[in-house]
Amino acid sequence: MLTILFDGIAYGMLLFILAVGLAVTMGLMNFINLAHGAFAMMGGYITVLLMQRAGVPFIVCLPLAFIGTALLGAVLERTLYRPLYHRPHLDQVLFSIGLVFMAVAAVDYFVGSSQQLIQLPEWLSGRTEIGTGAWTLGMGHYRIFIIVVCAALTVGLQFILSSTRFGSRLRASVDDQRVAAGLGIDVNRVFLATFAVGSGLAGLGGALGAEVLGMDPQFALKFMTYFLIVVAVGGTSSITGPLLAALLLGIADVAGKYYIPKMGPFIVYSLMIAILIWRPQGLFVRRGGK
Amino acid sequence: MTVPMKRRTLLLAGTASIGALAAPSAFSQAAPFKIGLILPMTGQQASTGRQIEAAAKLYMAQNGDTVAGRKVQLILKDDTSLPDMTKRLAQELIVNDKVGVLAGMGITPSALAVAPLATQSKTPLVVMAAATSIITEASPFIVRTSFTLPQASVALADWAPKNGIQSVVSLVSDYGPGIDAEKFFNDRFKLNGGKVVEALRVPLRNPDFAPFLQKVRDLKPDALFVFVPSGAGAAVMKQFVERGMDKAGIKLIGTGDVTDDDQLNGMGEGALGVVTAHHYSTAHPSAMNKRFVEAFEKANPGMRPNFMAMGGYDGMRVIYEALKTSKGQGGQALLDGMKGQTFESPRGNVYIDAQTRDIVQNIYLRKVERKDGQLYNVEFDVIKDVKDPGKTKK
Repeated sequence: MLTILFDGIAYGMLLFILAVGLAVTMGLMNFINLAHGAFAMMGGYITVLLMQRAGVPFIVCLPLAFIGTALLGAVLERTLYRPLYHRPHLDQVLFSIGLVFMAVAAVDYFVGSSQQLIQLPEWLSGRTEIGTGAWTLGMGHYRIFIIVVCAALTVGLQFILSSTRFGSRLRASVDDQRVAAGLGIDVNRVFLATFAVGSGLAGLGGALGAEVLGMDPQFALKFMTYFLIVVAVGGTSSITGPLLAALLLGIADVAGKYYIPKMGPFIVYSLMIAILIWRPQGLFVRRGGK
Repeated sequence: MTVPMKRRTLLLAGTASIGALAAPSAFSQAAPFKIGLILPMTGQQASTGRQIEAAAKLYMAQNGDTVAGRKVQLILKDDTSLPDMTKRLAQELIVNDKVGVLAGMGITPSALAVAPLATQSKTPLVVMAAATSIITEASPFIVRTSFTLPQASVALADWAPKNGIQSVVSLVSDYGPGIDAEKFFNDRFKLNGGKVVEALRVPLRNPDFAPFLQKVRDLKPDALFVFVPSGAGAAVMKQFVERGMDKAGIKLIGTGDVTDDDQLNGMGEGALGVVTAHHYSTAHPSAMNKRFVEAFEKANPGMRPNFMAMGGYDGMRVIYEALKTSKGQGGQALLDGMKGQTFESPRGNVYIDAQTRDIVQNIYLRKVERKDGQLYNVEFDVIKDVKDPGKTKK
């Protein structure tokens, strides 16, 4: 039973890293970016290709996946996304879903459509078991690694957003762009940096997820629903909201599949419907927020 | 009651006369004979399409593109594994391109969607991949050159109890072929005195196998029987090892889709020792297969032919030989030429059953081993001439 809880937490943490970038762009910048999954896929493929073709160690690939995807995010923000900030949401949705299809086709063309596999280093592929009987806690080392990385990221992001100068500038820019600009904040640069970091996080999530979720050109579409659920349920106004939502979904999904396999993925969706009927703005939204 | 009957006979007579009118044009020897090959070339099942296309082209390169005085022309269409798309493409191929034969069919729903068109237009349909048992019953014009899941599952269910496996949990993807595999494996396994502890079905698009595998681990069967479509096998294998299930004494067995030759090499050490039952392995030790694999790898560098390629290669062979016996004609004559063909294929001797139009072939038991630094399914036992158990039952 503890093993199930552990697996659920690891899965939830992974979902969180994948979705947190989306929460940032959607919640803070008010831009609906469905191409988020494409950035995650990009990070995953950077890792896969570096490991398979260049023999780069896994642990080095992770920061590279982050940097590579962040750079791509920055370039795209500057060239494609910025003109769309003030357009209606439907335009943004159509534009970004188009990007997803292009990304899927591009990966299919250049890398091929088959599932890409990576070999984890020795120290990550083991498994530790504690206790006996119903209370056995079996932990895959890789899943422990995921949880540690995600926890560190959460703390870091929360700190940046709430306690640094950049964080307050970002919040100011989001609340009122004109006033923020009048106060001498370079709004464009703040948004550029935020978008790049959000994409980078997606890339990192993709890199970490390549092992557990598998990496193929459909990745960007397959997991889009999951990202959107996390953001919808968690609300977009904070980091803790999506985190708790992701954990809840991860645990519910894993436990549901374990205890009632016939219900399969149904549980996640029914949970989402129930929560959204109860709190349409998301679980953890403060009243009066934007 | 009599009026609609009459109408139907009239209709039948009408179609027959149209057929007779259309027949002479088919005789004109100059017109090329077109093969409409519908495959998933993009999307999740794209590796299936790539393999079959490569194999079909290889067969044409090796055997020339003129048969019985007619030039053979291959028209490739991508259905992205969407059955409604398959149906639309098939319709276009029949009506606009006037193809003599339809072929391909990456997944079961595609084959079933095209079946009525094959019947109405009297166009033979050569199924090269889809493996649910009922497909050949959907139309009298369907001929299959791949395999059926009951063939592979039953063979494995016969082998397992004799080799120390008394209890199993089955884990299959929740769609046609998966349910076929589950039903035939579990029934036969029980008949042989084994115990099926639990039958798990995984959604086709499942991101994480962890909870299902954890459940299996807690149930502690002797072995886990797996069917997932080729491509998803690697994920199961990895998580099986990651969860320490091999160390907990649970064996992994399955149909050959799990250790798909196309991907086997990337699966790593965890795949070693996995026992599967299937009709083709790249490592099949015959002179003909050696030549086939060599030619295939030469024409497609970096690609290893898998069982999908085999279905495509033999499918082309069946079409070519049928064209020779029908002297270049299509329709019923071509279909009759396909029925009852017996020949040596790189996978071993095969036979197209004239009654069921399904393939009768050897099913091999294989174990994953390392050979020359690469992972292969090495055959260690064979069950000769297996008919599709889905049909012998009736």
